[in-house]
Amino acid sequence: MNEIWVFAEQRDGALQNVSLELLSKGRELAAQSGYTLCALLLSENGEALAPELFAYGASKVYVADSPRFAYSQNDWFGEAVCRAVREQKPEILLFGATSVGRSLAPTVAAALHTGLTADCTGLEFDSEKKILLQTRPAFGGNIMATITCENHRPQMSTVRANVFKRTRVDGASGTIVRLGIDISDVPERMHRVSATKEAGDDANLAEAKVIVSGGRGIGGPEGFGLVRKLADALGGSVGASRATVDAGWISPLHQVGQTGKTVCPKLYVALGISGAIQHLAGMQSSDTIVAVNKDPSAPIFEVADIGIVGDLNEVVPEIVRALEARRA
Amino acid sequence: MRILVCIKQVPGTTQVEIDEKTGTLRRDGVAAKMNPFDLYALETAMRVKAAAGPDSEVTVLTMGPPQCEQVVREAFMMGADKGAILSDRAFGGADVLATSYTLSQGARKTGPYDLVVCGKQTTDGDTAQVGAELAEWLGIPHVTNVKSVDDVAADHIDLTVDLPDCEVAQRIPFPFLMTVEKGIFEPRLPSYKLRCATEGREILWLALADMPDKDPRHYGLNGSPTQVKRIFPPELRVERIALGGDDKKKAAALADLLEERKFLR
Repeated sequence: MNEIWVFAEQRDGALQNVSLELLSKGRELAAQSGYTLCALLLSENGEALAPELFAYGASKVYVADSPRFAYSQNDWFGEAVCRAVREQKPEILLFGATSVGRSLAPTVAAALHTGLTADCTGLEFDSEKKILLQTRPAFGGNIMATITCENHRPQMSTVRANVFKRTRVDGASGTIVRLGIDISDVPERMHRVSATKEAGDDANLAEAKVIVSGGRGIGGPEGFGLVRKLADALGGSVGASRATVDAGWISPLHQVGQTGKTVCPKLYVALGISGAIQHLAGMQSSDTIVAVNKDPSAPIFEVADIGIVGDLNEVVPEIVRALEARRA
Repeated sequence: MRILVCIKQVPGTTQVEIDEKTGTLRRDGVAAKMNPFDLYALETAMRVKAAAGPDSEVTVLTMGPPQCEQVVREAFMMGADKGAILSDRAFGGADVLATSYTLSQGARKTGPYDLVVCGKQTTDGDTAQVGAELAEWLGIPHVTNVKSVDDVAADHIDLTVDLPDCEVAQRIPFPFLMTVEKGIFEPRLPSYKLRCATEGREILWLALADMPDKDPRHYGLNGSPTQVKRIFPPELRVERIALGGDDKKKAAALADLLEERKFLR
């Protein structure tokens, strides 16, 4: 069928932003291809989330419900998605590159013997060849590659949060199609014992729109107080360079870089980070990069959109004050 | 218990250059090393082995050109018991699907295994998807983002998975595959003693003809549904605005720019 599917991922009954971002991108692809934009919703409570999916551009929402969809159990989700795809045969299938999507998409791709392109930063439809052009960074962002999947269907991609913009469509509506998928026969091969929420941890860097990171130049563990202050003023999360994590100044959850997390927020502020290549690999695709460093020859300035040479203990409190003044 | 660890040799740096004439990667002269994430996978396997008892063994499996023997030797120096290398021109140019399929054939040939351990991702391909696809080919469940191994029992492992908003404790019966987080354990250093002891250890070399499935259409470029159409340098739109003046002035200028760009909520 000439359809583009977006996997509608939810967590505790709320749709993930990245799914809505994918729908917005999907609308463009639908316009370029003439295909129908659809969302696939696996849910324990039926079609409750369908109106929101319509509001972000889906013309059709496929719903499969089962008490087994209360949380993501990869075997069950994988089997349900595969059955839905085999039944409806969409041309394109998109997932958010979340922890759920990163397990589910490859499971589905291998089961269906099709291609999967991870972490795409660009999706376009080649209307002449009728294929999806999937662009992604490789080698830590040092090169970009455009990848196609010409002879296998569906064409599958994952996309990280904040890569595409989400836009609501006014007065949108669509059709709901109930899939009669029963997965009660699929064995339970993994047992969830318990789930614990981490209290007060703001290290969710993958989805953060703003990240303020500290490097060796902040001077010590107490330097993260200043980093956090600026992060709070900007409503952002706290990141860290490898040097600070290795020195034990902050938990590895915050580490940005090749061996930490790769992030692409709208705004990345690097405080006292010299800009080792491994760090740059993890953050250089951020939209706007601000660097504060006392060394004017620090490599971080090579990738910074806005640079301030100065003592961050002096400059950062001024920045916080200036931001607060503008908000007041 | 039989444990398999998948490892990969990667370029020693991500500073790759593109040959402007051919549009391909310049690989020559770039030092190679074990994918750093695989060190955590190997260490995890060694810890599970120690907990599982004396008749357990760790096998490492890799795919690549002949020089990738180096990473198998390195794994021996860290304590791996056996090594196998999938090397054949027919395996070249594999994407995620073909790579995971080839590894699954290697695992079937050398296995069966109770547990497969993979690193979180590689530093060159960077997709973090081969492990999950390998599990699917092997018909076993997989779990990603494993941050700790809490208990190793005769028929299952209790482990903790690190998700962005919570930690999930899981009990998973064998066989299964897990991909582990960096930092799950501190990887041990290669030992000189083991180096001497394993110098002559035989490695199992496997080519297409040794695979259970010998159909060349399932491997390498032929078995890859995706094609790389184009590679190009990223468009680096760096604005390079340097803010001057005293600290107050710099701070005010930055606040103005951030306000202009709607970063103030």
